[in-house]
Amino acid sequence: MLNPRSRVELEPVPVAPPQTKVAIEGLKMAFGDYVAVRDVNLRVGDGEFLAIVGPTGCGKSTILNAIAGLLEPSGGSVSIGGDPVAGVQRRIGYLFQQEALMPWKTALENVEIGLTFRKVPVDDRRAQARAWLAKVGLRGMEGRYPHELSGGQRKRVQMAQALITRPEVILMDEPFSALDIHTRHLMQSELLALWQEDRRAVVMITHDLEEAISLADRVCVLSAGPESSVVGDFKVTLDRPRDVAEIKLEPEFTELYRDIWSTLKREVEKSHAYAK
Amino acid sequence: MPTRNDRLAQLLLVVVFFGGWQLATTVGWLDTFFFPKPSDIAIQIADWIVSPDFYKHLFTTLSETVLGYVIGTGLGVGGGIWLGLSPRAAFVLDPFIKTLNAIPRVVLAPLFVLWLGLGIWSKVALAVTLVFFITFFNVVQGVREVNPAVLANARILGASRKELLRHVYIPAAASWILSSLRTSVGFAVVGAVIGEYLGASAGLGYLISQAQGNFNPTGVFAGILILAAFVLLIDVVLDFVEKRLITWRPKVEQARAT
Ligand SMILES: Nc1ncnc2c1ncn2[C@@H]1O[C@H](COP(=O)(O)OP(=O)(O)OP(=O)(O)O)[C@@H](O)[C@H]1O
Ligand SMILES: [Mg+2]
Repeated sequence: MLNPRSRVELEPVPVAPPQTKVAIEGLKMAFGDYVAVRDVNLRVGDGEFLAIVGPTGCGKSTILNAIAGLLEPSGGSVSIGGDPVAGVQRRIGYLFQQEALMPWKTALENVEIGLTFRKVPVDDRRAQARAWLAKVGLRGMEGRYPHELSGGQRKRVQMAQALITRPEVILMDEPFSALDIHTRHLMQSELLALWQEDRRAVVMITHDLEEAISLADRVCVLSAGPESSVVGDFKVTLDRPRDVAEIKLEPEFTELYRDIWSTLKREVEKSHAYAK
Repeated sequence: MPTRNDRLAQLLLVVVFFGGWQLATTVGWLDTFFFPKPSDIAIQIADWIVSPDFYKHLFTTLSETVLGYVIGTGLGVGGGIWLGLSPRAAFVLDPFIKTLNAIPRVVLAPLFVLWLGLGIWSKVALAVTLVFFITFFNVVQGVREVNPAVLANARILGASRKELLRHVYIPAAASWILSSLRTSVGFAVVGAVIGEYLGASAGLGYLISQAQGNFNPTGVFAGILILAAFVLLIDVVLDFVEKRLITWRPKVEQARAT
């Protein structure tokens, strides 16, 4: 039985909040007179998987580009691991919405290129690139050029290319939206498995609310543009590791979906009204 | 790929053309002073080919072409990459480049002879002025049309400026560069031959101008045919080089199918 002293130990130990990896404060992004986003405040913890949803054209890609250092903020600040973002960030991995592989390099050369830029010796980087290609299920495709791969295979190469440098933060811009539904599910679970293995901070943009809930720890909703900002922040408490195919059947999933959708729907409708 | 029948049709066209020509000159429909008999042209070509002097001329034209080509494309690729990468410089230099390009190059030939003499360098200079602009404009275009996503991706993956040039800009511009290299071969030959034609002591252009001076149309036609064969030969070599260099591009037939 418990002695009186052990009660002290049973007191809840304050869990240290996960260290903030990406901090966005009062971010404003403008293109000329057009203010795409303003007053955006977001924090992504170390090892946290954040999904951002929002109507089309609200500024999701713009925010991601600000984190990557590809675009300069018109106001506010972005920092990664406490260091303010200035110029293109090399500590991040970015999975672009568009095709971003170099068409003149083979799958293997594309995957190893980040290590080439980091001056890793050739044998070492070849070996790592081979291992990564195998990890994303492309063993035997090392010598193929991007035009000799399917859309899904190219996305896998892109994923291996972005992850091989072990980035502190992984940014993904609708990574799977161009894929058919089966490939998409497959790649979602592959992504989850990879992430589970080595947890990094992830910011993923998606149009697909189901995808957001099944993958992320948190889902943020952006309002309709212009001058878009965060209007919803939902914690996803579903257990991990998750099974992407089955998680949708859980009542908690449905409940979350309903909650987030009620916020998102309002913004989507607003953006439609605005377009008219 | 052309089938055997296509090849036969091509052969037939050649036979009909030259056969008709031969017939027309024999019968007298064509004045042989303006249109010499193909058989005479063939004899003239054969005469040249066996004489060692001819190879001196061929070699002269070949060296001028190659030098003009290499120097012109080298400057074109270098200048094109530089201006393609710095919009500011491109903006400032734009009117000057356009003006220079607007000058008909043939009028420069006498100047080059004046500056560089009757030797090969005045011809090389003329070829360079022709080749440079073709390559230059193509390279500028190629560098500017680099896919921005590929570029952003490479930068995030850690490419330095030099690495961007080597791994992104140059390969992306490569097909533009190569296609301009193909076009400019013809222009290098034109530059060399016109230069020779206007004042030289050797070269295929000189041969043609001499034949013309001697009222020898057979020689002119023979020179023209040899020049054509010369350019075709260079083209075949470039075709081979291009296939070797750009292995990453989908084959034309494949691209059409997808
Ligand atoms: N370079 C630019 N110049 C001017 N306006 C731009 C530029 N880039 C984006 N915008 C505008 O900023 C807004 C946000 O664009 P962004 O690409 O971030 O949208 P998004 O949320 O990613 O949309 P989608 O979901 O369709 O990808 C849009 O209205 C767009 O028109
Ligand atoms: Mg976008």
